[in-house]
Amino acid sequence: MAEITGRDLIAYRTARFFEDGDLVNLGIGMPTKCLDYLPEGIDVWVDTENGAIGLAGPPAEGEWTDPDVVDAGGSVSKLRVGGCCFDSFTSFGYIRGGHVAATVLGAYEVDQEGNLANWMIPGKTAAGMGGAMDLVAGAKKVLIMTEHCDKKGNPKILKKCTLPLTAASEVDYIISELCVLHRTEAGLVLEELAPGVSVEDVVSKTGADLVIPEKIGAMI
Amino acid sequence: MAKSKVISLEKAMEKVQSGMTVLIPGFVNVGVPEKLIQGMVNKDIRSLKVISNNTSVKGRGIGLLVHDGRIEHITCSHIGSNTETVEKVVAGELNVTFVPQGTLCERVRAGGAGIGGVLTPTGLGTPIAEGKQVVNVDGVDYLLEKPLRADVALIHAWKADKMGNVVYHRTARNFNQIWATAADWVIVEAEQIVEVGELDPDLIMTPGALVDAVVEI
Repeated sequence: MAEITGRDLIAYRTARFFEDGDLVNLGIGMPTKCLDYLPEGIDVWVDTENGAIGLAGPPAEGEWTDPDVVDAGGSVSKLRVGGCCFDSFTSFGYIRGGHVAATVLGAYEVDQEGNLANWMIPGKTAAGMGGAMDLVAGAKKVLIMTEHCDKKGNPKILKKCTLPLTAASEVDYIISELCVLHRTEAGLVLEELAPGVSVEDVVSKTGADLVIPEKIGAMI
Repeated sequence: MAKSKVISLEKAMEKVQSGMTVLIPGFVNVGVPEKLIQGMVNKDIRSLKVISNNTSVKGRGIGLLVHDGRIEHITCSHIGSNTETVEKVVAGELNVTFVPQGTLCERVRAGGAGIGGVLTPTGLGTPIAEGKQVVNVDGVDYLLEKPLRADVALIHAWKADKMGNVVYHRTARNFNQIWATAADWVIVEAEQIVEVGELDPDLIMTPGALVDAVVEI
């Protein structure tokens, strides 16, 4: 498995946080990639905040599917046998009520206090938060999938977020192409490293203080 | 004998006026009452205060109202699916108040259910919390979010019977069910209109008693 790198590695490792039967919400984009890397024997139910449990991905080319079944990005999706639909109010009740085992999202910035910024860059983007604030406040586990640095090479994992927050102190794990970081009472713990990545590599590319344990696990 | 509420689009629009607050459901462009929106465009209704989750996509549904500059203010959770809305907001041509999606549902639900607001953890410690009351219940902080109501709600149904009992379809249900509870005048557009008695009472999602008018698509 050593050939898995980059975004695939992030998805591969994130999928290993899921337990069999979990209800999970996967953000649009990289988070949906987790489904490609589910471990054998692990079956999850995909929640979509616009009102369904049991989404099964886009239809194959030429395959009929109901145009009224869409994912949280508005794209037509299949609904698996056993899936169900409900209104948005009920949907967010499940989300805030802690019934979603894990929510997986991307980040503009994330910090060592578990704060997340992923909905607004003042003066640049103004798309709105959609369901992200509710998901991060309500899900049992908040998993952030992110490239370790932005396109210019600046750290995205910081001491303190500078952008407007999506939620405060809610992030549990950060999974990047370099490592897995666990937000604990003691701080941001470097729990696992990607193949060929050293502690020094991670420290040099991270803007946050890290807790470095004696034994660090491997992402694969 | 249940009285039929089925009327023409023009008749249904008689009570809808410029300057009103309107609840419009839909997620991206699914479950959007496109015919009723067209009815507002036909009547040249303007200066609307819209409460919706988003603004459909460019050139469709709520996007038509955005394109024509018919919206004075919009309360919503997301505009990213419509590039024209983003451009207008960035250019300062459209006023927007962002509300987290779950909070938006709860606020409209409160408006329709006669309660004075809801307490939610969503948005604590974020810009959304600014100026809002924080209420501590048994050691846990919540934001107090106030109810929302409107003059009119425009609803998209899959099936409606002639007295306005409604069944929605798949994820096109989204905001429709709650939006139908929180306005003084509730208009339903339906893909199929059936006779009273044809819908299973256990499966009706919006009671006809809450609906004022039914329009066939």
